[in-house]
Amino acid sequence: MRSIRDALIAFRRTPLLSVLSITTIAFSLFAFGLFGLVALNIREALDRLEDRVEIRAFVADGTAPESMAQAAGDIAAYPEVLATKSVSQDEALVRAKKELGDFRDVFEGAVLPASIDVRLKPGFRDPASVKRVSARIRAFSFVDDIRYGEEWIEKLYRLRNVAGIAGIVLGLSFAGVSMIIIGTTIRMAVLSRAKEISIMRLVGATDGYIRRPFLIEGLAKGILGGLLALLLTYVTRTIIDRYLIQTIFFDARVTLLGLLFGAMLGLLGSAFSVGRHLRRV
Amino acid sequence: MIRFTSVSKSYPRTGTAVDNVSLHIGRGEFVFFTGPSGAGKTTLLKMVYMEERPSSGEVRVSGTSSVTAGDREVAKLRRKLGIVFQDFRLLDNRTAEQNVAFALEVTDTAPAMIGPKVARALTQVGLAGKGTAFPRELSGGEQQRVAIARALVNDPFVLIADEPTGNLDDRATRGIFQLLREINASGTAVMMATHNLELIRRQEFRTIEMTRGAVVFDSAEQKPARES
Repeated sequence: MRSIRDALIAFRRTPLLSVLSITTIAFSLFAFGLFGLVALNIREALDRLEDRVEIRAFVADGTAPESMAQAAGDIAAYPEVLATKSVSQDEALVRAKKELGDFRDVFEGAVLPASIDVRLKPGFRDPASVKRVSARIRAFSFVDDIRYGEEWIEKLYRLRNVAGIAGIVLGLSFAGVSMIIIGTTIRMAVLSRAKEISIMRLVGATDGYIRRPFLIEGLAKGILGGLLALLLTYVTRTIIDRYLIQTIFFDARVTLLGLLFGAMLGLLGSAFSVGRHLRRV
Repeated sequence: MIRFTSVSKSYPRTGTAVDNVSLHIGRGEFVFFTGPSGAGKTTLLKMVYMEERPSSGEVRVSGTSSVTAGDREVAKLRRKLGIVFQDFRLLDNRTAEQNVAFALEVTDTAPAMIGPKVARALTQVGLAGKGTAFPRELSGGEQQRVAIARALVNDPFVLIADEPTGNLDDRATRGIFQLLREINASGTAVMMATHNLELIRRQEFRTIEMTRGAVVFDSAEQKPARES
């Protein structure tokens, strides 16, 4: 109880520094949150696209259906592969007509190549895996050509990675700044209470007891910073969602993780500083 | 109860502060430490409450060894010691009562116990009516009494007083000294460092004289040697 009261008093004693600590923690988490949201939404879009990612291996004219069936079976056994499907020339024509609807007349009398359509398991739909599997399929002598997901999938992937890295770099920078500011706040608090602390030591208060209010102060700032960041991120997302494009928000688990990270930031910033400065009192 | 065994303490910059001191202080004793400034009296007292640890040798205080005790054990030990300084070390923004209560609050004493204990300690030092006064409203002698009350409130087995009368006039000095004698009479040992030879000369108590870190005279052991 006393520790909590002391922590509250500390807030009142240095309001500007306290607000600054909370704000930098919030900015740190806001940077994580914002770029995290971008990454999350790209990821979400990719997932929807990836569901459709197929490798289509076109087979040379005159390949025996048995060879195709054999190859389809072999490919289905690859660890990355979910399912394969042999598409004959006739079936390819039927599918093309269906997909094109009104323009089906284009295909009147045309010959489309037969193919083996390969669907990959979730988790193997990234560009690298697709390329790897394609290379193996290409080894079949009767495979003419291979088509898979468009180039822009790769670009989206790159964008997602850039967003992720930008978020981490900015977030960590702000995290560093917030640790320094919290450390400074605690230093001032420890020094302003030097006499009190030395008397506490003298009468037998444990180090843990002396530390506690400072740690609670740091923890409280971390949590407040986390909540502020959550609010900022949520408001930003809502604005984008309403006026620009539809987006999704973090689930409860990630949100909680963010708050936890804020709390840890505050706690660790205090712990480092209080440990260092108590020794000098 | 308190035993120094071949204790030396040296600092990197200032050199030797305590030089190979061995001594024993028994339960309920009253011991004066005297000697010129820088003789090592304060360092010796600090080693009793383990603010300083010996560079070599061992200090044992009521079962706690300076060689093995961790921070927690030292904190626990200090709850059984009372410590008083020349400069009182009271918190200016707290009343006399609150200053005494502070020692109990920060050592996890049950809240219900604090009031009665504080009242008893203030009565013992003769300040029963001044509990609500702030330090600045009290005389030097009264402030030192508050500090002594704070030291006594945990019922220590020894009271360590480093120049407790250094800032006081003669009358206040006599009052504080009288109080320390009463405390000693009720069973608490007292270790008191002082420059005040006048005070020592008038007493029968054990006197340990230090010079440049070493014990040069201990009335408990060397009285015959001095008389000869």
